[in-house]
Amino acid sequence: MLTQRLLLSDRGGMIVLGLVLVTMILVPICNLLVPETSALHISTFTVTLLGKFLCYALLALSIDLIWGYCGILSLGHGAFFALGGYAMGMYLMRQIGPRGQYGDPILPDFMVFLNWKELPWYWQGFDMFWFALLMIIVVPGILAFIFGWLAFRSRVTGVYFSIITQALTYALLLAFFRNEMGFGGNNGLTDFKDILGFPIAASGTRISLFLASGFMLIIAYIACRYIVTSRMGKVIVSIRDAETRTRFCGYKVESYKLWLFVFSAILAGIAGALYVPQVGIINPGEFSPLNSIELVVWVATGGRGTLFGAIVGAFTVNYGKTVFTSYSPETWLFALGALFVIVTLVLPKGLVGLFNRTKKVASKNSSSNTPPENPVPTTDAPIKFAVNKSTENSISAENPVIAAAVKEPV
Amino acid sequence: MRNVLKPSGHWLLHVIVVLSFCFSATVFSQEAETSAEAGTTSAETISANVSNEANSQPEFDSLVKELTQGSLPARAQTAKKLAALKDERVAKIIGALQQGTLYATKDENPLVAIADEAGNYTNAISGEKIIGDTEELKRVPINNSMRSQLRTLLAQLNLTHQDATIRLDAVNRMIADGIDEDSISLLQELQKSEANDGVRKAIDSAVALFNLHSNDQQLRLGAIEVLKDSLQQEVRTALSEVASNDTDEKVKIHAQLAIKAIDSSIAKYRFAENIFFGLSLGSVLLLSAIGLSITFGVMGVINMAHGELMMIGAYVTWVVQQVFPNQIAYSLAIAIPAAFIVAGLVGIAIERGVIRFLYGRPLETLLATFGISLILQQAARSIFSPLNRAVELPVWMSGSLQINPVFSITYNRLYILIFGLLVFFALLVILKKTTLGLKVRAVSQNRAMARAVGVRANWVDAMTFGLGSGIAGIAGVALSQLTNVGPNLGQAYIIDSFMVVVFGGVGNLWGTLVGAMGLGIINKFLEPYAGAVLAKVLVLVLLILFIQKRPKGIFPQKGRAAAD
Repeated sequence: MLTQRLLLSDRGGMIVLGLVLVTMILVPICNLLVPETSALHISTFTVTLLGKFLCYALLALSIDLIWGYCGILSLGHGAFFALGGYAMGMYLMRQIGPRGQYGDPILPDFMVFLNWKELPWYWQGFDMFWFALLMIIVVPGILAFIFGWLAFRSRVTGVYFSIITQALTYALLLAFFRNEMGFGGNNGLTDFKDILGFPIAASGTRISLFLASGFMLIIAYIACRYIVTSRMGKVIVSIRDAETRTRFCGYKVESYKLWLFVFSAILAGIAGALYVPQVGIINPGEFSPLNSIELVVWVATGGRGTLFGAIVGAFTVNYGKTVFTSYSPETWLFALGALFVIVTLVLPKGLVGLFNRTKKVASKNSSSNTPPENPVPTTDAPIKFAVNKSTENSISAENPVIAAAVKEPV
Repeated sequence: MRNVLKPSGHWLLHVIVVLSFCFSATVFSQEAETSAEAGTTSAETISANVSNEANSQPEFDSLVKELTQGSLPARAQTAKKLAALKDERVAKIIGALQQGTLYATKDENPLVAIADEAGNYTNAISGEKIIGDTEELKRVPINNSMRSQLRTLLAQLNLTHQDATIRLDAVNRMIADGIDEDSISLLQELQKSEANDGVRKAIDSAVALFNLHSNDQQLRLGAIEVLKDSLQQEVRTALSEVASNDTDEKVKIHAQLAIKAIDSSIAKYRFAENIFFGLSLGSVLLLSAIGLSITFGVMGVINMAHGELMMIGAYVTWVVQQVFPNQIAYSLAIAIPAAFIVAGLVGIAIERGVIRFLYGRPLETLLATFGISLILQQAARSIFSPLNRAVELPVWMSGSLQINPVFSITYNRLYILIFGLLVFFALLVILKKTTLGLKVRAVSQNRAMARAVGVRANWVDAMTFGLGSGIAGIAGVALSQLTNVGPNLGQAYIIDSFMVVVFGGVGNLWGTLVGAMGLGIINKFLEPYAGAVLAKVLVLVLLILFIQKRPKGIFPQKGRAAAD
C-alpha cells in the first residue's frame, strides 16, 4: 500500500531512482575491481565528481520541495547547505589534531595563526562524530525555524521572501568572511586528514562517501515523496495555489510552511555535510547569493513540482557546467544566463515537462486519454486563469499579487 | 490614440537637458573661480620677484654659492643670512637643499642647480634650464641637525609668504614640530600684523602653546583660555600634559576643563561627520534604489539585472573618458546623458525581449532577469577585461572642503549627494507632472481601465522600464566617481538597493528616499562600534526584524490596492 503510494505510482521517480541505484552499484565496481588500464575503469576523481552531483541533487530536492510544492522561493538555501558543511568541516578540523602545520593538539591551524589561546565555546564537542551529526541537523534546522517563524508569521511571501532569504545568505557570507568569527575567515576550513579514522583522500573512503550520498538521496527522496503524497502534501499544494483560500478553510498556513521549510533546510544541511569531505574544503564562498540562485535554476531546468525533476536538473546543469568550464570558462556564465532566460520563457515545466509533452502528443495521436500524473505549477500567482494568457498584458492588473505591488507611486 | 500620446514623447529629452544643464553649470562656475584665483596669485608673485631682484642681486648670488661650500655650521649660518634677504627664490633653494635636490659643481665659482623629479636641472639663480653636460653637478650634502634647522628656516620663510594658505600651512607645521625660542619671537611679531583671520587664529594657538610652558601662572591660564577652542591634536596632547603635570592646581583644573570642552566639540564634529558619511552612503543607495523602486514598485517587476544596468552606466563614463582624454572636467556632462540613453535602451530591450512575456509571474521574472544579469556581467568581462578600470576624477570633484582639523567634506561625495537629490526630485516631477507619469500611474492602478480610455499599456511598460534603467545608468556614473569600474560593480549594490526599497515601502518614492538615507546613516553609526562588515550584517538583521513589525515598509500603501 505504502510502496504503491510512494514509489509505484511515480514512474519518473522510479526511473531516476533506478538510475541512481545502478550508478551506485556500477561505480564502485568500476573503480575498485576493474584494473586501471581497462577502458571501463572509473577514476577516483570521477567518483568524487559523481558524489558531488549526488549532494547537489539532494540540495535541489530540498529546494523543489518548498518551491515546487509550496511556492516558497528561497534564494538563500545555499546558507543551510554551507552551515551543514561547516558543521562537518569543524568535525574534520578537530580530527586533524596535532598533525597540523603548527602541531597544536587542539587548536586548528588558523586559530594558532591568529594567536588564539583556547578553543571557542562553539567549537566544543565537535571532536565527537555523533555531536557533529547532531549539529548538521540542528544548526540549519534552528536557523530555518527562527527565520521561517519570523517571516511566515508576518506573512512575508512571494518576492519579498525571496529577497530576504537572499539578504540572509549575504549577511552570513559577510559574517563568515570575518576572521573573528572563528571559522577560518576567507580561507574557510580545509586540509582535512581523515574521517572516522579513514584517510579522506583514499579511494575506499571516497567510494563510501559516494555511496552515503546516494543512499541519503534515496532516503530523502522517499521521505519527500511521503510528505507530498500525504494529507499534509495536499494542503501544501493548496497553499501554493491559493494561500488565502486555504487559510480561510481553517488550515494554519504558517505552521505548514514553517515545518516544510525547516525540513527542507535540514535536507540542505545534510547535503552540505556530505559535500564537504568529498571536495575537501568549505569556505564562505558557499554562502554567496549567486550559489543559492544557481541551485534554483537547477530545479527550474529539471522541472519543479516533480521531485525527480530536481534530481534530473541538478545532474544536467552540473554536468553542463563541468563540461563548459573545462573547455572555455568564459562561455559558462553566458550559457548559465541563457539557461535562466530560456527555462523561464520557453520551458516553464523544465526538461521533465518537455518529456511529458512529447509523450502526451504521442498518446493523443493514438487517441488514448490519460490525465497527467503530476500537477505542475506554472505560476506563482494564486489565480489560475491568468496563466494561459501570460503574454497578454491585461492580466497583471487582474492579478492581485501585482496589483498589491503596483499601486500609486507617491 | 497616437495624437494623445504625442506631447509626452519629449519627456526623455527634457530629463536629459535638465540634468546635463544642472551638472555642467556647476562645472563651469567651479572652473572659472579657480582660474581667477590662480591668475591673481601668479601676478603678485611676479611683481614681488622684480622688486626684490633689483635690491639684492649680487649678495644673493654670492650667498647661494657660499651655501654649497665650507663646513656644515658655516653653511647653516649662510642659509640664515640668505633667508633674511626676503627673496622669492630663497624658499625654493632652501627647500631643495633640505630635500637633497640641490646640486652644485665643485669649483671656485660654482654652478648651483635644482633637480626636479624628472631629472632635469634648472639654474638656482637665474631659473634657466640647464641643457647639456650635468655630470659635474654633485649633490650638496647636509646632515640631520642641519636638516631640522633648515625646516624651521623654511617654515619661517613661508610664514611671510603672500599666500594665506601657505602661511597657515607653515604655522600648522610649526605647531606639529614644536615651537622653540627662535620661532616664538617671529610668531609674536607676526601675530600683530597678520590680516587673515584663519592664520591669526593658528598663530594665536601656536603662541598659546608656547606660553603653556611659561613660568607665569597668569600667562598659562590665558593660554588655556585661548586653546580651549582649538581642535588640533597637538593642542589636546599639550593640554593633557599640563592637566596632569602642572605644579599649579588652578592651572590644572582649567586645563582639565579646556580638555573637556575640546572633547565635546570633537564629539560634535565626529557626529556631524558620521551624519555626512551616512548621507553620502544614503545618496549612493538612493541613486541605485530609485530606479529599482520604479520598476519594482510601479510595475511589480523584480529586476535582478538592475545592478548590471548601473555597471553599464559606469562603463559608459569610462568609455567617454577614453574618447575625450583631454576633457575630463566636462566628461560628466556627456557621460550622464549617454549613460541614461545606453542603459535605458538596454532596459527597453530587456523589457521587450523577456519581461513582457512574464508579467504576473514575479518569481519567473526574478530568475530571468538574474540570467540577464549574468550575461551582461560576462559580456563586460569579455569586452572590457575582468580587471577594474579607474575612472579619472575631474579636478573640480577631487579634494575636500576642510572645515576644521577633525571635520572635512570630500567634494565628490558632496556632489553625489546633491546629484542624488536632484535625480530624485526630477523623477518625482516626471511621475507627478508629465503625461508619461500620469499614464504610468494610471496603468499601474488599473491596467484594464487605462487601456479602455486609450493608454497604450505596452508602450507605457516599455517607457517605465526604460526610465528606471536609465536612472540606473546615471547611478552608475555617480558610482564610477567613488569606486573603480568593474564587472562586479552592480552586484555589490543590488542587495542593498532591494533592502532600501523593502525598507522604505514598495511603490513609494518618498519611502525610498527615507529608506536610503536612514539605512546609510544607521550603517555609518554602527560602523565605529561593530566594524564595517559586522555593521552591514547588523543592518540586514535589523531589517529582517523590522519587516516583522511593518511588513510593507515605513510607508505602506493604504486602501484597497494594499490588500492581498
